[in-house]
Amino acid sequence: MALRDWIDEALRREFSTETVSVLDESHLHAGHAGWREGGETHFRVDVVSPAFAGKSRVERHRLVNQALAPAFARGLHALAIKARAPGE
Amino acid sequence: MSDAHAQIDNEVKSNDVVLFMKGTPQFPMCGFSGQVVQILNYVGVPYKGVNVLDDEGIRNGIKEYSNWPTIPQLYVKGEFVGGCDITREMFQSGELQQLLAEKGLPVTKPAA
Repeated sequence: MALRDWIDEALRREFSTETVSVLDESHLHAGHAGWREGGETHFRVDVVSPAFAGKSRVERHRLVNQALAPAFARGLHALAIKARAPGE
Repeated sequence: MSDAHAQIDNEVKSNDVVLFMKGTPQFPMCGFSGQVVQILNYVGVPYKGVNVLDDEGIRNGIKEYSNWPTIPQLYVKGEFVGGCDITREMFQSGELQQLLAEKGLPVTKPAA
């Protein structure tokens, strides 16, 4: 499974939400540190879930990073995160 | 405590504002690190940049130090503030400038 799809599924599952967007921005970093042929190294995710309500920015990012720990192990290098509770 | 951990701990505790980054404030080697540098320069707070590319032990150790898998990482008065996204959001909302002011750190551009 492509890493992009794995990330998308993991976020939907872990945060019980359908409001997930996953962008592979690896091409924007071509030639930079962490980049590799074939992409799938630099991602931008946007997740809206009640799981983030009442949580600080650092707590939200930690939850996303934890959910995607296996992706970091698979070569994910950079992750831009937007994590919002519904209504934000 | 490993050498790298002790070194990181010392940087975090002996500098009011420290940014673990790729490259240096003068020559950032990564767009995310560069964004945080621009923000810190803009608000005008003195800070130390630690180039993780110079030391593999620090590069790996900093990810464990705050259980945070990515670089850059910003620390203020010994506390982990966040990475690029969080720093940018806090800057845009004025919270970063407020945090620095609350910690008694000089900024040349306080929040509006």
